Amino acid sequence: MDLSSYLLVGAVLFVAGVVCMATKRNGIGVLMGVELVLNGANINFVAFANYTRLGLDGQVISLFVIVLAAAEAAVALAIALSFYNNHLTIDVDQANQLQG
Amino acid sequence: MTGHQLLFWVFAAVTCGGAIAVVLTQNVVRMAFWLIVSLGASAGLFFLLNADFVGTAQLLVYVGGTLVLLVFGVMLTASGPFSKMQTRPGELFLAGVVAILLLGLLGSSVCSVEWDRVIAATNSGHQITNQQSLNHGFNRPEEGNTGHPLGMAFLGMRPDRDLVAGNKTLSTGYLLPFEIASVHLLVVLIGAAYLARAKRRVHPNEL
Repeated sequence: MDLSSYLLVGAVLFVAGVVCMATKRNGIGVLMGVELVLNGANINFVAFANYTRLGLDGQVISLFVIVLAAAEAAVALAIALSFYNNHLTIDVDQANQLQG
Repeated sequence: MTGHQLLFWVFAAVTCGGAIAVVLTQNVVRMAFWLIVSLGASAGLFFLLNADFVGTAQLLVYVGGTLVLLVFGVMLTASGPFSKMQTRPGELFLAGVVAILLLGLLGSSVCSVEWDRVIAATNSGHQITNQQSLNHGFNRPEEGNTGHPLGMAFLGMRPDRDLVAGNKTLSTGYLLPFEIASVHLLVVLIGAAYLARAKRRVHPNEL
């Protein structure tokens, strides 16, 4: 397999994540879209690590992405729980108190 | 069709299908299930790309940790029976148009680059033969078995670069980003525990 087929898989994951972030009204669905986008970026990093001179550096960056995605998911879920405690819903359309 | 190609098509189809199913499903628990399928299959893609440690970390951290966290979030924020959070058909249609356009843009830009020439141009003058690296007991990253080189890189040493014959330089690793990531995880742990602590529930009409 060549590099471009892996890049196309990453592109499909990225687009699915962006659409998921844009269309879901559930806050946790938006989080899942972020995870999809990060995973698509990870596939690109590892594919470039395998096929180009990037080598081990690409795999190191992808490990950092995995760790930071886990941390981001933890903080965002804590925010979602706090929002649910205050509003009894996690519909992101209801979070409009800062729009002035 | 070789076994590598067959495995690639299977894993790529499951990854892309799971991702699209995440977008199209409206039930949050089923979205989490399809996300597990997609992330697990992309771990298979990592194994195919000889990144065995990254694939294992993907399975352990993403599928084992992050998804369990998401499912707990779904459980703890169960919405009432009357609050349907459906996407409107007009928005779904618009999102489909945007998705097809964005995918066409990304796909055409990926396919328009001649990757073989780009890789050959960037590899010129830096060819590392298998024999040179194997003499020192370190595999190239392209050959898999990356646990040992990755651990050394996180400790700030790059034997996979420095022990190559003819290389007199000392490459730097990733010790500082590694420390920053560990402190970041501690900050995230404290911050998430502070944000999600048990509080008195305030009803929206009292705000």
